[in-house]
Amino acid sequence: MKKVQVYITLKQGVLDPQGKAIQTSLHALDYPEVDDVRVGKYIELQVEEGPDLETRVTQMCEQLLANPVIEDYRIELEGAR
Amino acid sequence: MKVAVIVFPGSNCDRDMYHAAGEIAGAHASLVWYTDTHLLDDVDGILIPGGFSYGDYLRSGSMASTSDIMNKIREHAEKGKPVLGICNGFQILTESGLLPGALMRNKNLSFMCHQEELIVEDNENVFTTLYDTNEVVRFPIAHGEGNYFCDDETLNELKANNQIVFTYKNNPNGSVADIAGIRNKAGNVLGMMPHPERAVEALLGSEDGLRLFQSMIANWRSSNAVNA
Repeated sequence: MKKVQVYITLKQGVLDPQGKAIQTSLHALDYPEVDDVRVGKYIELQVEEGPDLETRVTQMCEQLLANPVIEDYRIELEGAR
Repeated sequence: MKVAVIVFPGSNCDRDMYHAAGEIAGAHASLVWYTDTHLLDDVDGILIPGGFSYGDYLRSGSMASTSDIMNKIREHAEKGKPVLGICNGFQILTESGLLPGALMRNKNLSFMCHQEELIVEDNENVFTTLYDTNEVVRFPIAHGEGNYFCDDETLNELKANNQIVFTYKNNPNGSVADIAGIRNKAGNVLGMMPHPERAVEALLGSEDGLRLFQSMIANWRSSNAVNA
């Protein structure tokens, strides 16, 4: 088994009203240095190892885990790097 | 005309849709549980209702869009049969790729439930032939994620092909180009956030939604030229 971590974020240029609301609250808590906040998702998978693991996880992201119309995704495989 | 109202776990506007299309507009409507794919074999139209299919897990409509019954619905859509998705149904249609774009959190982050005035932008599709273009109609909205988004290229395409069917007179949710509903190029698939099925009787505050179902039935009758 291999641990696969998927980070999903809104694409640049897509408005993130939730991030804006959080930024406003951080400013209210006296953190004026916060210039931008973007909220994303983190998904952790346990996947059987195979030669095309990364390709298959990419397909999972394209088909279901992320919505390519509005979201970008980044995949990290345990032990890589 | 036989129409199927698809019921997913978490759908909650299915009975309203059934009532509007069947009991009020006069189609032969049935409620079809999402695993009963075979029941779609002989239907003439598909209605995907609002609600919170699969509890809106991951993204609204994303889980339902991967269900088996969507393959059947895609086949029907390709054959030119009418497919209507309202609210969560619209989200399911965009998630499954039957319509372009995506629906995001409302700009003000709030769930909104009230009547909105819409402008009919296009009546060259099977659902709005009984409306005039630029006519103003009143439908309720009830959504937290109805903020329509697409990139500029897609928006230009939608405009060029007259695929924008309804726009908001006073955009409540941040949708690009005030979009409330869009169709496919062929004009047989319509997705919209507002609820015409909740505006089919004077008692409900508006009857403006009735003609949407009547348009669908009238178009089916004229293209099939049989008694139905």
